[in-house]
Amino acid sequence: MSETYDRGAVEDFGRWREFKPGMWAWIFHKFTGWVLVGYLFTHIAVLSTATGGDVLYTNTLQGLEELLVVRVLEVGLLSVAVFHILNGVRLLFVDLGFGLENQDKSFYASLVVTAAIVVASVPTFLSGV
Amino acid sequence: MSTQIEQEQAEEQAEADAAAETEESHQERRLSEKKARAEAREREEQAREEVREAEDTVEIKVFRYDPEVEGKDEPRFDDFHVPFFKGMTVLDALMYARDHYDSSLTFRHSCRQAVCGSDALFVNGQQRLGCKTQMADLEGPVRIEPLPHQDVVKDLVVDMEHFYEQMHAVEPYFQPDELPEGELEEQRQSPENREKVKMSTRCIWCGACMSSCNIAAGDNEYLGPAAINKAYRFAMDEREGEIKKEDRLEIIEQEHGVWRCQTQFSCTEVCPKDIPLTEHIQELKREAVKSNLKFW
Repeated sequence: MSETYDRGAVEDFGRWREFKPGMWAWIFHKFTGWVLVGYLFTHIAVLSTATGGDVLYTNTLQGLEELLVVRVLEVGLLSVAVFHILNGVRLLFVDLGFGLENQDKSFYASLVVTAAIVVASVPTFLSGV
Repeated sequence: MSTQIEQEQAEEQAEADAAAETEESHQERRLSEKKARAEAREREEQAREEVREAEDTVEIKVFRYDPEVEGKDEPRFDDFHVPFFKGMTVLDALMYARDHYDSSLTFRHSCRQAVCGSDALFVNGQQRLGCKTQMADLEGPVRIEPLPHQDVVKDLVVDMEHFYEQMHAVEPYFQPDELPEGELEEQRQSPENREKVKMSTRCIWCGACMSSCNIAAGDNEYLGPAAINKAYRFAMDEREGEIKKEDRLEIIEQEHGVWRCQTQFSCTEVCPKDIPLTEHIQELKREAVKSNLKFW
């Protein structure tokens, strides 16, 4: 019930330590989803500089890629996107009713694969800054 | 321990009543009350003795709240030390605390064997059945709280009315399309079909799933895992027939029905009867889609 009065510790939202894998998967999926929506806007903003001509577009991209912050953010974007894709596949299986008893393991698997891909991508993203 | 306030009230009440009655019964009442208090003291004394003598004791921190008694209307935690024995459950510990320390400690329990579903509690941060949870499995001090997302009536007792309303909303009873010919004819179910609904029939209406569900906490109209599981139990029962199944799907595919579920698996994790609730909800989602999409 949403309109219960404050019961102190019982209604405390800071119980994140007690969250189970399924709950974490849901939270991460929501979070990565919103990050991707946010990225979409910056993506469009950068691409739309192409309307100002070839030179402006090239300069904008080169200028951004020279910044270390942008490179680090790109690694972050990759990790967010990979997790969202993998967990999306996991949710697809959940929707189809396959392997629901292994939903926690598939969540851990998607975390591990995400970590592996992100670590492997770091040299590529951060080279020549 | 903390029965003082209530005792005083009881005495006042007794005095007021006594004015209208004879002097003799008044005295009798006083004497019996005195005796009861002496017995309570004795029990507590005995408990302290037992705690001293016991090889192993456990500490429980119990949520206390009573809106009707002044001085208890602020939620707080009471600590009780209980002598441990092998096989002790959370409910056993609570009953010991109630019987020996504080008779005003309130909680629901009945069968003590995970059948009645009265004692779903929030133990160490998870919804569990008190009678089914071993103290030995928990890290002490064990925190015992009422079920979250439900109104607390007193101490560990929560208002289950809303939960029952949601359960009744899915018509949780057998309604076959047609009855067999003969009056004494049985309505047989195939073993395969029985297997399919087997787990869903185990529900004991304890409300642990509903309390654990994040969506139900935010959306008061959401049917909740238990009610949807009930709907599954009957919708999947082949003896009911197609017409009734359509009716049932119509109920569960409403705005606050199955589609609210976001597969967090919280209900499945806490269910004391190990019902695969999320699996059932997902299957009903697919059934709902199938009954609405008719390309053939």
